[in-house]
Amino acid sequence: MSVGIISKVHPVRSHSNAAQGGINAALNPGDSWESHAFDTIKGSDYLSDQDAVEIMTREAPEEILHLEHLGVTFHRNEEGKLGTRAFGGASAARTYYVADITGQAIMHVLYEQLMKYSEQIARYEEWFCSSLAIDENGECCGVVTRNVADGSMELFQAKSVILCTGGNGQVWQPTTNALICTGDGIAMAYRVGAKLMDMEMIQYHPTTLAGKGFLITEGARGEGAHLLNAKGERFMEKYAPNKMELASRDVVSRAEQTEINEGRGFPDGTVALDITVVPKKRVHEALREIVLVGRDFAGVDITREPIHIKPGNHYTMGGVKTDVDGRTDIPGLYSAGETACVSVHGGNRLGANSLLDTLIFGKRSGRDAAARAKRIDYARTSKKVLEDEEAMIADVVSREKGSGRRISEIKRELGETMDGKVAVFRDEAGITEALEIVKRLKEEAKTAYIDDHGSVFNQDLLGAIELGYMLDNAECTCVAALERKESRGAQYRTDFPERNDEEWLKHIDLEQTDDGPAISYSEVTITQWEPQERTY
Amino acid sequence: MAEYTIKVRRFQPESGQGPYWEEFNVDLEPSLAVLDGLLQAKDRDDGSLAVRCSCRAAICGSCGMKINGQSGLGCKTQIGEAQELANKKASAVGGQVDNAPIVIEPMGNMPVIKDLITDMESTHWTKIRRVTPWLLPHGEPPEREYIVEPESMIDITQSMACIQCGACVSSCLSMEADPEFIGPAALAKAYRFVGDPRDAETHERLHDLADDPHGIYDCTHCFSCIDACPKGVAPMDQIMRLRRKAGEEGIEDPNSGHDHELAFVKIIEKKGTLDESLLLQESFAPGVKGKLKPSKRAIREMLGSLPTAIRGIKTGKMRSLHKLIPGVHPKLPDQDDVKAIYAHAEEHSEEFNLYIKGEEGELAEENVEKGIERSTDPDTAQEVKNG
Repeated sequence: MSVGIISKVHPVRSHSNAAQGGINAALNPGDSWESHAFDTIKGSDYLSDQDAVEIMTREAPEEILHLEHLGVTFHRNEEGKLGTRAFGGASAARTYYVADITGQAIMHVLYEQLMKYSEQIARYEEWFCSSLAIDENGECCGVVTRNVADGSMELFQAKSVILCTGGNGQVWQPTTNALICTGDGIAMAYRVGAKLMDMEMIQYHPTTLAGKGFLITEGARGEGAHLLNAKGERFMEKYAPNKMELASRDVVSRAEQTEINEGRGFPDGTVALDITVVPKKRVHEALREIVLVGRDFAGVDITREPIHIKPGNHYTMGGVKTDVDGRTDIPGLYSAGETACVSVHGGNRLGANSLLDTLIFGKRSGRDAAARAKRIDYARTSKKVLEDEEAMIADVVSREKGSGRRISEIKRELGETMDGKVAVFRDEAGITEALEIVKRLKEEAKTAYIDDHGSVFNQDLLGAIELGYMLDNAECTCVAALERKESRGAQYRTDFPERNDEEWLKHIDLEQTDDGPAISYSEVTITQWEPQERTY
Repeated sequence: MAEYTIKVRRFQPESGQGPYWEEFNVDLEPSLAVLDGLLQAKDRDDGSLAVRCSCRAAICGSCGMKINGQSGLGCKTQIGEAQELANKKASAVGGQVDNAPIVIEPMGNMPVIKDLITDMESTHWTKIRRVTPWLLPHGEPPEREYIVEPESMIDITQSMACIQCGACVSSCLSMEADPEFIGPAALAKAYRFVGDPRDAETHERLHDLADDPHGIYDCTHCFSCIDACPKGVAPMDQIMRLRRKAGEEGIEDPNSGHDHELAFVKIIEKKGTLDESLLLQESFAPGVKGKLKPSKRAIREMLGSLPTAIRGIKTGKMRSLHKLIPGVHPKLPDQDDVKAIYAHAEEHSEEFNLYIKGEEGELAEENVEKGIERSTDPDTAQEVKNG
């Protein structure tokens, strides 16, 4: 068996770094996977598939222990055992963590393991994927890549391909997401005919900095921080009297946005997060990263004064539709993590479930992909896909300066449009307008020009390809958001403010056609948790 | 909004030309980052300007660079502050300047590939792999988690906070002199395993790092890496911890650094002040006192130090010559304060770690606020020390 990892940035630069707060597992004796599953399902506003949630929550404890054995420096309690913290939407403290660098710590330890096993696993660091190869039977047989360092193009043949390219946060501006989160895998899968699911479900995180959109971990509220409006009122009392600041993210984000919209926010369109109520030693021990974020990016010492925050684009619940083994509609093509939609997050992801989703379904995808690779022979791949990509790149590079708009202009207009019209509160008029703008931008992208005509680290060219990915993602989100005529999870339609289980307890699936995304529906799998009214 | 000029050291490998400087004018809030300035120039003026970047929030480690000669992250350096430093530097050589260009260069100690993009693989990552950067536990893992001291995990989390940006490598003066030096980032990574109670190869790791002529004793304590590190990893501190652990393992330090450190502690404990006449002897032949039965190596080292001593006398650097006679240097009359400090340190022997103690500087600042900076109360004396 030969395994290769292709990454457009060095693997340790990947965005799992940004998962600060932790990873959930029902590992404590008093806790149960059923409780974790119920919290996840309730958090999802009953749009998650319960069979998938069961698998994830049952396998979680084993995964935490596996990571611990590999060397992750998880926080310990006084007995030296794994210690937990509280997190939003959870009925028990079941979040395991490394200060507030949990994602970074896990990813770096996994990279340590990659170095350890470098004989068995080839790493292609700074190789960019531009499309998937499909054989004559309609099965995935490889990826077309560009070596960023020298610009050479290569078709990697593969019996199985797993897409783990993260979410599409860069479609919105501002966002907590890194510049690399441009929905590459989602768009590549969509372009070869794989179905996307739940694309309307975009999470706005309750605590991001105004301006650049940096994330303040939910761990802050887990440690006891309060949310205050400009009058100094702890407004969550009105919206979630039981869970207060630790209600689900969609609930907290809507509460904040309501306070801001109704004039009880600060003039900069924010409310305040007060971390000064958390003991200082605890802040330094468990929330050090956000002490630095506050100091370096907002000029605020969070141990002394509240920091201004607002809801900001954060996570793609939807993505490439997969089963519980990561299989997409296309044989040989797998997907896991934020790129995929199994769906365990449904309408709203719980904090500290994203690393878990990635790890569990990444592992399951890997197993199934390996079994497939052992079972089948290499397909005959045609060089045509490689030639097509080379031609596409030659076209972009050949465009004359001034022949169209700059890539960066289109990107900015896209981001501002989506954040303005397809965010916390949505309605038909706004989404329709956004969709029209996205369609226009898609046309404009065809003539947009770049400055760099070289081969070595041509980031300008990659930016043009990424823009194409982003526009496909945006179009799908608009179409799905327009279609779902109800409010559920992250999708809140002011023109349809109620959840409507009778008509909309179903997934919206999208498939590419010449006329844009074609809509179909699929059932939500319900095992033992019947949908109920959702209060916190 | 303010206007800034950024002056970028550029290199376009396919142009056939050498590196050159190019200035870009950008408009930004002073609180935004130097990276935002570069991205604005890239977006508006020249898309071929190459810089690795991703998270914009000092967590991915992509955008290591030199700003006004200082290594750090482009996303974490505010452009307003960079402007102040640029002005200060320009003023130092040519009178008052208000809008000196902010100078941006690729990281040092690494080959440049294009503009601000360096080849980290051939330098940084090769060195990281040199320290066997994965956990080597003993036997099969337990059924549940390893039970370890909670502090031990917090302790190595300081090294774990490293984002592999290379800023420390870029700033390392030892590496400039000896490119084969394992270097600050890789040695901090090494401490992450040496300090990990789950790792079973502590002794082998320490021997490996100590026996390598480019290993832990190649660091010259210049503090550059501590200054450059955007995450408070303090690589030099981790190197010093490795040395201390090596000393505890009985590994001979070619610089006698560990014994030298102990010599200071011992002499001051005894006399309340530093008796330099005892320093050489205590450093190289500790415990021998006046009896002079040092090892051959100690004699060699002490004789080797003579030319330095003579030069010191000749140039007037050593003036109180009579104090060089062992035992002449007087004790400090009242040693109660000194003893109190030693007693307190003994009781509170824990290492300074940002994850436990909080921000460096902050405690000192608080102490100043509380007016306890000069306090002799042992409890607060410790805080002052930490600050």
